[in-house]
Amino acid sequence: MLQRRHIHDYIARHAMLAATLFAGGLVIAIAVALYLRAHPLLASQSLAALLRGHTWAPSRGEFGFLPFIAGTLWVTAVAAALAVPVCLLAAVYLAEYAGPRVRAVVKPLIDVLAGIPSVVYGVWGLLVVVPYIAETLGPYAQRHWAHLPLLHTDYTTGFSILAGGVVLAIMISPAIIAIADEVLRAVPREYREAAQALGATRAETITRVVARKALPGLAAAVVLGLSRALGETMAVLMVVGNWPHVPTSIFDGAYPLPALIANNYGEMMSIPLYDAALLGAAFLLLVLVLAFNLLARVVLVRATREAV
Amino acid sequence: MRRRLTEGVFHGIALLATLALLAALGLILWTIAAQGARALNWTLITQPPTSGSYTEEGGGGIAHALIGSLYLAGGATLLALLISVPAALYLRVYASSWFAGAVRLLMDVLWGVPSIVFGAFGFTLMLLVGLRASLLAGIITVALFELPIMIRAIDEVMTMAPRELEEAAYSVGATRAETAVRVIMKQALPGIVTGVLLAFGRGIGDAASVMFTAGFTDHIPTGVMDKAATLPLAIFFQLGTPFAHAHERAYGAALLLVILVLMTSVVARVISARLGRYSVQ
Repeated sequence: MLQRRHIHDYIARHAMLAATLFAGGLVIAIAVALYLRAHPLLASQSLAALLRGHTWAPSRGEFGFLPFIAGTLWVTAVAAALAVPVCLLAAVYLAEYAGPRVRAVVKPLIDVLAGIPSVVYGVWGLLVVVPYIAETLGPYAQRHWAHLPLLHTDYTTGFSILAGGVVLAIMISPAIIAIADEVLRAVPREYREAAQALGATRAETITRVVARKALPGLAAAVVLGLSRALGETMAVLMVVGNWPHVPTSIFDGAYPLPALIANNYGEMMSIPLYDAALLGAAFLLLVLVLAFNLLARVVLVRATREAV
Repeated sequence: MRRRLTEGVFHGIALLATLALLAALGLILWTIAAQGARALNWTLITQPPTSGSYTEEGGGGIAHALIGSLYLAGGATLLALLISVPAALYLRVYASSWFAGAVRLLMDVLWGVPSIVFGAFGFTLMLLVGLRASLLAGIITVALFELPIMIRAIDEVMTMAPRELEEAAYSVGATRAETAVRVIMKQALPGIVTGVLLAFGRGIGDAASVMFTAGFTDHIPTGVMDKAATLPLAIFFQLGTPFAHAHERAYGAALLLVILVLMTSVVARVISARLGRYSVQ
């Protein structure tokens, strides 16, 4: 006989399933909704023309995404160049050298870095990074780096790819370190002992044995960090200059995709296709981030499973 | 000898990299504290802006944004909790390991989706149902943004609850739903509290997701259909003006925001350590 308790169980089970499916289906719902909103733009112009177009003039119906894609990639690349070596070394220090007491102090402090809101990083960038580039580093580059690719400048306001990259590098560090640390610690102790028994120093053990074993996981940590950088909005928007062109130097301003969306949402309903273009930019960003994330997650699941 | 030197150098630069990051943290907190402390006062926290606070003579404080942020993050966290707890319970009690693994992967991926994309999605939802920019629209958007954080945090502690507890409950005749609610949920309480505070901290600091959806105003919201200002956006907009007094208020608001976020994370750590003592290990 079906008791009341069993009916309750049946209802509860399905309510819980509904909550789970809602959460699990959200990524797909976001992708579909943004794609549908962007569709009118894709119907009016070819994808290749949109991605390769240089001109952004919504009132004339011209939506060239190239400057924004270039801006996103430049800022992310600078952040990667700054953050990756430092983060991997810090993760090595925490996983291989630091004792439990040092870890117990340092790890929560790095978590604090992860908790600071994006807009606060932006304020710090405005107060410290932008003036430093405008007054010290920029003039130095004008005098000494004029002939170097990527580093030359005639004049910089400080609002630049470099400023965005510095702020981003700090923002993505906690994520890279946390995952890299986990991956390094998942490498079995026996590998280290075997290497050291053969007479290897700790540095040799780390670079030739542990890091090699952990390589896929470390790569995944970096990719996840970079996918954070791709979509970061407020902090970058505040220091990067928002100048829609294809940059040639890290002292140039740039206009990444998230900044494009955030700066123009106000007027997007008043010009035809403008909303399709901005929500299309959000869709593009989502596709980039999802690709990075799925790749990294698959590698990461393999890396940690194999090591245990 | 050479190898000893390499060893020393390697150890040294690894330590240096760690110290560099801690120095960056120190520099950021010090900058915000030094600039903010001058501007942070009772008027700033308790007064809404006077009329025309974005003009040359405007004054007042940022109470509207503080209250807006608390309403917004509080409402969003409650809403996210209503979905997260059942979802995490389902993963623990009913789901096959294949299904649970797939949902966990989706949550990890969702966690990586930028907040501006959530904002854009929230905006398309608003257009779909004909909702204006309002506290309610902001709460819904931020709740979606907090969902993966909370589900993963709660799920993690639930998977740590010992299987024997469940089996003991079944053996005395409890249904799975009763076991989920009376045994697993109680066991996971510290994790739920941590997840809630973590999500609240993320929600209160985020600007990009509410930009489209909550609107911005100089008034304290009185209902869920009102527009609501938030601290991050108040900081952003005031820094965008050319006026020194507006900049000062922005610095004060930034310090206030950092204090709120850090306090939330400290409370989360303390509570999870305290309550954790009462869980069966």
